[in-house]
Amino acid sequence: MEKTEKKAFHIKDFIAHYGVIIGLILIIAYFSIMRTKFLTMDNMVNMFRQMTINGMLAIGMTFVVLTGGIDLSVGSIVGASGMFSALIARTETGCPWYLAVLVGLGIGLLLGAVNGIAVAYLKIPAFIATLAMLSIARGITYMATDAKPVPGLSETFLKIGSGNIGIIPIPVIVLAVVLVICFVVLYKTRYGRYVFATGGNPVSARVSGINVKLITCSVYIISGVMAGVAGLILTSRVTSGLAAGGDGYEVDAIAAAVIGGNSLSGGRGRLWGTIVGFVIMGVMNNGLDMMAVSSYWQLVIKGLIISGAVMLDSLTKDK
Amino acid sequence: MKFLLEMEKIEKSFGSVKVLDGIELSVREGTVHVLMGENGAGKSTLMKILAGVHKCDKGIIKIKGEKVEIHSPKNAQELGIAMIHQELSLIPEMTVAENIFMGREPGKGFFVDYKQMYRKTEELLKELGVKINPSIKVGKLKVADQQLVEIAKAISLNAEIIVMDEPTSAITDKEVEMLFQIIEDLKKKKKGIIYISHKMDEIFKIADDITVLRDGEYVNSWSAEKLNQDMLIKNMVGRDLNEIYPKEYIKPGNVLFEVKNFSKQGQFQDIHFHVRKGEILGIAGLMGAGRTELMHTIFGLEKPDSGELYLEGKLVNIKNPQDAIRHRIAYVTEDRKLEGLVLEMGVGENITLSSMKQLSNLFFIKEREEKKSINKQIEALRIRVHTPRQRANSLSGGNQQKVVLAKWMMKTPKLLILDEPTRGIDVGAKSEIYKLMGEYVKKGNAILMISSEMQEVMGMSDRIVVMSNGLLCKELAKEEFEQEDIMKMAVSNI
Repeated sequence: MEKTEKKAFHIKDFIAHYGVIIGLILIIAYFSIMRTKFLTMDNMVNMFRQMTINGMLAIGMTFVVLTGGIDLSVGSIVGASGMFSALIARTETGCPWYLAVLVGLGIGLLLGAVNGIAVAYLKIPAFIATLAMLSIARGITYMATDAKPVPGLSETFLKIGSGNIGIIPIPVIVLAVVLVICFVVLYKTRYGRYVFATGGNPVSARVSGINVKLITCSVYIISGVMAGVAGLILTSRVTSGLAAGGDGYEVDAIAAAVIGGNSLSGGRGRLWGTIVGFVIMGVMNNGLDMMAVSSYWQLVIKGLIISGAVMLDSLTKDK
Repeated sequence: MKFLLEMEKIEKSFGSVKVLDGIELSVREGTVHVLMGENGAGKSTLMKILAGVHKCDKGIIKIKGEKVEIHSPKNAQELGIAMIHQELSLIPEMTVAENIFMGREPGKGFFVDYKQMYRKTEELLKELGVKINPSIKVGKLKVADQQLVEIAKAISLNAEIIVMDEPTSAITDKEVEMLFQIIEDLKKKKKGIIYISHKMDEIFKIADDITVLRDGEYVNSWSAEKLNQDMLIKNMVGRDLNEIYPKEYIKPGNVLFEVKNFSKQGQFQDIHFHVRKGEILGIAGLMGAGRTELMHTIFGLEKPDSGELYLEGKLVNIKNPQDAIRHRIAYVTEDRKLEGLVLEMGVGENITLSSMKQLSNLFFIKEREEKKSINKQIEALRIRVHTPRQRANSLSGGNQQKVVLAKWMMKTPKLLILDEPTRGIDVGAKSEIYKLMGEYVKKGNAILMISSEMQEVMGMSDRIVVMSNGLLCKELAKEEFEQEDIMKMAVSNI
């Protein structure tokens, strides 16, 4: 007979589970004390606008990480989708802005699908397959414009990254909508359940009748599409397609997911954690910039936060 | 006779949950002391304390009369304690010799003296009477041999106290005999063996003393001659168990499922059998006979080279588990942790995992309906949980197995394939599962049951087929069941 006592509230468990939120609150408190301008509406709006790109990538990355995979190519997909959508969005082509958006999303979907097929059906380890895509996509992007930037984009297209609805920047609205959709998909649909099962134990998932290959492939497509959206936002913000756009963005995306408590081995994780993760990173970037901390120091601090968050997470693991 | 080990008034809590209270265990040298109790009774925790993995909160441990504190597994090893876990702790990619000498490889400074290591391993294995090549990678050995390597490792550590946790759960009767012989030799060398098992017949063959734990508390200890099976079960469970194998006779109906000419190179050849409605077909044989591989292929996890499957007379094409499930076939796999459950997910989520389509409309999961279904299954199978949201990891073996069963029962399958359904499960839960099997076939369904436990096969099956080395030897009707015949056939093709 199992013991039926309820476990008492344990401070250690609480900290291990929700430590990241506490950390975030403390960081915000610290910066607001150090710089009065931190908590102003202007700064907040700006800060959120800045974190949308990493936010999008981190959300896509969460799906991938939940299945025990990794997507190292998101930075390159951002570049590729940004570049190709820019080529379409130039005022000289006369193409409507939504065509450029479709192209951007399409590139993300296509490259994501290639990743997904490689990992799920060709059985190439995710690390290798997406590493290859990182290289290949970046190469294609450079080749497309011979590494030259693509300026002269249409007004409406540029609004995507720099426009507002009321005081809220459009990218933030896009992020919020995507977030809500992803929450619902992950936690309220059977697809979401299948993602968790596939990551937690792909063998059991398969025996239980889940099409593990399809689920695995699909998360890379999601990650690719998210990177596509991020590419559109980036390009419209910097007002031209840049061949090096998105370079290195995969690191921050993975960091956000990991800080949030998502296990890289799959099956364990939480979307709200990812949100806390990229918010912490956005707040750190903003706050440290305000305090004129050198960007080299910022890199060190970022690394320390990632390690700290992972150590906190390992406290929740069963011994 | 001297006491090798005395554990007195041991207490242990994890957070606010007390798992051990007032435990007493005394092992005399040269004896086998069997530790018994239902899953969740505290046996593993007590052994982990002995092995230095946990520290007890209160209590005294004495080795050879001297009080000791066991700080770590290495400390336990130095004190002469060796653990042979239920889940083997060998490293599959390393050789037998490397595993045995892990952490204390012979050599000078940085360099390992491989020659010496392999020589010493050979001597050790010879002494045990075990024929295993010391340079084979452990992962390539069969489970029974892996276990022997673990034992060899324990002996090479000059362990005085050897703990064996369910050592025979994954090996067959012939190999069990070998193990018992080794245990006899160890006894002669005045070692003390703590043996944890659920298998009644084994226990009475091998035990000198028996200690029973229940719900984390100490029930009592006896010398084995003073106990019989009924008394033992009663003490373990705290209640009377009427019958261990409550198998009613049910008149079988038409043929529900038939396999013809089923072959897969390297695994099984020309398999023919059928099972009728209301029947339990037992599939006996040694490990490695190809039974699990056969079931995997029938269920669509692997592709056969040739053969046909017929459900109620109609030919069916099963290319993957989804096809099998659609045809109302269910498969409770051999290893619930590896293939049956998603341990990180909640109990409820595991139960509904195969039924997500029914429980959702287009996109969304119907949460209220899901909750109802979960509670229904938990009640029907008497699964013991605090809440359906607790992680599947946290349940005892018997309850975990019930969760897997619940998952399949939700699909109301017509054919249920069970692969070692009661392995590593305590007597109380075993009996419940047998009862559920009986109720299930009464409704006109059929069961294919793979089992290596002779009593179980003979007690629960209506008919038995024996597989040996990939071939199906013979089919036996209930009147023909005879333990030695089954054994003879099982070894006939090797």
